[in-house]
Amino acid sequence: MSIKVRYFASLKELLGRSEDELEFVEVMSVIEVWKQLNIGIELPDNILAAINMEYVSLDSLVNKDDEVAFFPPVTGG
Amino acid sequence: MQVKILETAFDPLQEIQRYQSSAGSMKGKYGATSIFIGTMRDFNDGDNIKGMTVEHYSGMTEVQLGKIITEAMQKWQVLDVLVVHRVGDLYPDDPIVLVAVWSTHRGDAFDVSRYIMEALKSKVPFWKKEILQSEAARWVDKNTDGYKRHE
Repeated sequence: MSIKVRYFASLKELLGRSEDELEFVEVMSVIEVWKQLNIGIELPDNILAAINMEYVSLDSLVNKDDEVAFFPPVTGG
Repeated sequence: MQVKILETAFDPLQEIQRYQSSAGSMKGKYGATSIFIGTMRDFNDGDNIKGMTVEHYSGMTEVQLGKIITEAMQKWQVLDVLVVHRVGDLYPDDPIVLVAVWSTHRGDAFDVSRYIMEALKSKVPFWKKEILQSEAARWVDKNTDGYKRHE
């Protein structure tokens, strides 16, 4: 049981990788997931988060087998 | 409704023609077609731009576009919607995005086209990285407000 964590665009470049796996121990918030990953930096203010491809706030809860994503503001179109 | 994410260059007018002729249920019903095409410029923020790479979150892109189009089709009376968006490497004059809306009357077609484009710009997970003439690369920070006038 694990949580897949994905990074995109400038955040992916900053971290030097596109994803991490986190072992699922208990339900925790999105911001807790970031802290548990021990990335070494605070989550930048402008970063958005999604769980299973839906936008969520940083206090939303993450369950086993969820896919969490962190990314900067979108710039398509 | 159709959403297409393409890794290679496309011709927006061919896409419209293809979709319109394949969507047989619209035949004789539509009185208005609104077409928006977004194209890559060769300048941005005071710099000359020679190319661009568009990254996306495959899967979430389609989920979010589907939600936006469904919301629009519930709010306005439209017959059909086609959205095409490029990812990968682009060059100036390449089409980036196409939004085509078919409706019975023009008001709904215009309104839905604008609604989808503004929602796409703020919610759909695409990111642009620009390559300057100097070969330096930079990520675009954020999209501008579509309702603000450019001087």
